[in-house]
Amino acid sequence: VHEYSIVQALVEQVETAAAARGASAVHRVRVSIGALAGIDPELLRTAYDLFRVRTICERAPLDITEVPARWVCRLCGGPIAATATLTCAACGGPGRLAAGDEILLDQVELEVA
Amino acid sequence: MCQEGDRQHETDIVSVDVHQRILAGNDATARHNREHFRKAAVLAVNIMGSPGAGKTAMLEATARALGATRRIGALAGDLETDRDAERLRGAGIAARSINTGSACHLDARMVHHGLHELTWQGCDYLFIENVGNLVCPAVYDLGQAFNVVTLAVTEGEDKPLKYPVMFQRADLVLLTKVDLLPYLDVNVDVIARALARVMPAPVMIPMSAKTGEGIHRWVRWLERKKAEVDAFSQRYSVAGSTGRSEAGAVAGD
Repeated sequence: VHEYSIVQALVEQVETAAAARGASAVHRVRVSIGALAGIDPELLRTAYDLFRVRTICERAPLDITEVPARWVCRLCGGPIAATATLTCAACGGPGRLAAGDEILLDQVELEVA
Repeated sequence: MCQEGDRQHETDIVSVDVHQRILAGNDATARHNREHFRKAAVLAVNIMGSPGAGKTAMLEATARALGATRRIGALAGDLETDRDAERLRGAGIAARSINTGSACHLDARMVHHGLHELTWQGCDYLFIENVGNLVCPAVYDLGQAFNVVTLAVTEGEDKPLKYPVMFQRADLVLLTKVDLLPYLDVNVDVIARALARVMPAPVMIPMSAKTGEGIHRWVRWLERKKAEVDAFSQRYSVAGSTGRSEAGAVAGD
């Protein structure tokens, strides 16, 4: 379960953002997780709830936006419907994942004096 | 960018947009590793697969096939023990273990530490044998040039559909232990179709470390990629000495 290592990196990033603005507390953390990111959102939430105790995120709920996978053609850029293959129906080119591999810290709500 | 939130006592709540990859730290170390490999013209390959898929046996067979013509290094990730690295050294590979303790995957920092324990600069190939796991290793960039996933025929036909992220990120799938096919109800075409659903440009080489079947096709794949890396490194070192940027070097050719 690598979700703990993800949470550790996440909390460190939030700490950096908070320190940069002299924040005294964090009120909310917003992340985006792609459907093909290899991260289970529920496991991430569990890991976060365990890990955030006694960190700057202690009182900050985690909002997770789940991003669906979207494939486009690597050659012509047209959309690809993920069916039997991930190749372009128009030109036969291979697919490229245009969205769905996100593991992003989007936004933090900080309490500043 | 910052918007004023609701006032509480004498403090303000502000929303701050960060928009950064959570693994930005790992990505930076991976870029650093990649730079090392590129400068030394080493082809670094991240080998992933289930426990028991035959990663180590495949590397032993690869070393036998490449013989004395190529120098091979390996970092073997395992939760515990030096067993895989011992086997690889027995096959003539300069190998070191990376013991991950409880971690289910290698990350770029572990690989960077491992590089300091291994004389890898003179190698043609560096195989990074990841921890046996079809989930977590796919998430971490190590600085490799390519991802290779080993899938044993004994694992069943539906593994690509069950672990799409791992196979989506594979540049090549080695279907291992094909010498066992006569004893199994496993159809290679069904595996190929499952791969096509999750892998954008599916390439699969059926092989057997035991009989040697498919090893030469895999070695040809490696040698082709190595030639690409060599050509790129040559251009890169010329570009570096004249202060041109990496992107400029590629575009200029």
